[in-house]
Amino acid sequence: MKSPEIIADAQETKGDFRYALNYSLDAGQGLSHATLDYISDAKGEEPWIRRWRHEALDIFLQKTMPWEWAPAVLRDLRFEDFHYYLAQGTESRQSWEEVSPEVKRTFERLGIPEQEQKFLAGVEAQFDSEAAYARIQERLQAQGVIFVSSSEGLARYPEIFRPHFGQIVPVGDNKFSALNSAVFSGGSFIYVPPGLKVSQPLQAYFRINAENFGQFERTLIVVGEGAEVSYMEGCTAPSSSKAMLHSAVVELVVLPHAKLQYISVQNWSRNVFNLVTKRGVAHEGAEIRWIDCNIGSKLTMKYPCILLQGERARGEVLSIAVAREGQWQDTGAKMIHLGRHTSSQIISKSISLGSGIASARNFVDIRPADGQCQNHTQCDALLLNARSCSATFPTLRIHGHRNCVQHEASVSKISEEQLFYLQQRGIPHAQALSLSVNGFVNELLREFPMEYGVELKRLIELEVEGAVG
Amino acid sequence: MDSGLRIRGLSLQVEEKIVLRDFSLEVPGGEMHALLGPNGAGKSSLSKAIAGHPDYRILQGDISFDGNPLCGQSPDHIARMGIFLAFQNPVEIEGLSVANFLRAAIQARQGPGERFSATEFYAHLYRCLDALSLERAFSARSLNVGFSGGEKKRCELLQLLLLRPRFALLDEIDSGLDADATKMMAHSLDELRKESGMGGLIITHHPSLLQYLRPDRLHILLNGRIVRSGHEELIEHIEHSGYSSFASP
Repeated sequence: MKSPEIIADAQETKGDFRYALNYSLDAGQGLSHATLDYISDAKGEEPWIRRWRHEALDIFLQKTMPWEWAPAVLRDLRFEDFHYYLAQGTESRQSWEEVSPEVKRTFERLGIPEQEQKFLAGVEAQFDSEAAYARIQERLQAQGVIFVSSSEGLARYPEIFRPHFGQIVPVGDNKFSALNSAVFSGGSFIYVPPGLKVSQPLQAYFRINAENFGQFERTLIVVGEGAEVSYMEGCTAPSSSKAMLHSAVVELVVLPHAKLQYISVQNWSRNVFNLVTKRGVAHEGAEIRWIDCNIGSKLTMKYPCILLQGERARGEVLSIAVAREGQWQDTGAKMIHLGRHTSSQIISKSISLGSGIASARNFVDIRPADGQCQNHTQCDALLLNARSCSATFPTLRIHGHRNCVQHEASVSKISEEQLFYLQQRGIPHAQALSLSVNGFVNELLREFPMEYGVELKRLIELEVEGAVG
Repeated sequence: MDSGLRIRGLSLQVEEKIVLRDFSLEVPGGEMHALLGPNGAGKSSLSKAIAGHPDYRILQGDISFDGNPLCGQSPDHIARMGIFLAFQNPVEIEGLSVANFLRAAIQARQGPGERFSATEFYAHLYRCLDALSLERAFSARSLNVGFSGGEKKRCELLQLLLLRPRFALLDEIDSGLDADATKMMAHSLDELRKESGMGGLIITHHPSLLQYLRPDRLHILLNGRIVRSGHEELIEHIEHSGYSSFASP
């Protein structure tokens, strides 16, 4: 067998390489009802899923783009350019040895099998449209934990999957949730049985290899009463002059007194439109923590949402965004307080370099009268150049009384005096800048698992030093 | 031989103001001099200009250290040549720990291929902390954030002890320190000078510091120029008659 040939390789980030592949499954360029039939046929789906796809496409076509508020660069997105489904097969493997050599090499270069051995309880690795590999520790499997691709989840565990599917993020929630519902493929399905505390994290890795391609994974996580789990996702793509689209839907169901930590490290190449809808519902006494880092992509529009449905549910979104030359990170969090005594916290830090734009759209909605709900929101922005830009668009909607909301926002610049001080100790200018930037995000970086925190710190350093160096 | 700091005919501008005019000073290698003068005489401006601060424009003249010109060099390059400025008002940097900052400073001084040893670094750091009666936890704090005046000064001194410069610009290093702390600081500086032959320039408007630091030579700065140079006798003169008595009629 011929060893895989790399056709693009740059040193800037370790994810920037590509293999030339033959895809046995290709829905072709552009989007129509025929595209959906192709996907359904390839996957051998049940009729209800096929119907769901077609209805979703109709909704997608009716919905308008959010031009009134969306970043202007969204106008560069051309839906007709993309391939909506590309795969070498539809079945994921449970052993790396059975994964095709190019795909296996890809994930090896990204360090996934190594991380799996070191600290993960389970891994799913998606390559373009389909999961290539999915495996969890046998011990957890025996205890009833499910971690499979969402296609497999729908086929094998409909009794758990179907009642939640599309319930937290309805098809018509927005144009991109409708798009995802029409062409979804891949993503994770996780179920943790009641009372079980999974100590090591589960991880999914999403890789785009093909050019002019759209990835539309769909993830559902159901955490049983009193159970606990941590899920991490990472993603990369090779850089290219051609656009790529990533439009995921993530639904989380966290049952009473359960805890879910969802960690996301987004490092797409700068040709990716990253337009995702992520939402979780926290039942009584449950907790959802969303820890999010956005470094890559051309445009990211991502606003993780937590519905605090049950009494005393807790929600937290911690996020870091880095916007470099030509990038727009439009991020934020939504906290919807439905239950009494619910509490939430949003902490976001953004760094803008060069012409990069970081905007924060936070939304807090407290519904119960006499709810004694609490929210604390803090947005800090750091601008590195005169051309860098940052904006905050807070919306606070507080009904009733005896609810408590705090909102703080700050914009700062690294001062010449700080840089002079660091340089006076012999530290070169670019490194002085990255030390100051690291200082700005350090506290939040500590919230990431150590293995990720170190990598993120290095990535942020690369971005900052690259931007000025 | 050209060892030490040499400033010749320096005219210095910051913003729209000329702060030094035709200023000359020589501090031969290994010597410690003191520059005295009232507030606003241009003392701090001089130290920033030596260290290469981008806001200080050299209109005329030149500054050299050990025969190498400093003008036009970046601040980090000047620092790596062995010049250390102990700041009068050190800036705060949230989230950057004292230890990580010092580590970066040490690493910046390493040549290509030279390996950094974390064990040696921490051993050295702890020795310096002990010498200054600072707790080890001090090195985990964010740089200068929430430090008292005295802690800030000790943090400057900690950096100096760790980085072992060849020439130290000590800008009002006793402000905010009580007599005991000042004595301790003077003692640490003396030790370092004996060990490493470090030279320096003490900048102060407050001559009582000099009874502990005992400089080799004193210079009085008034209106951007040195008006008198000498030895300890000048201290008494200032204490009796003030700086204005040096003003030319």
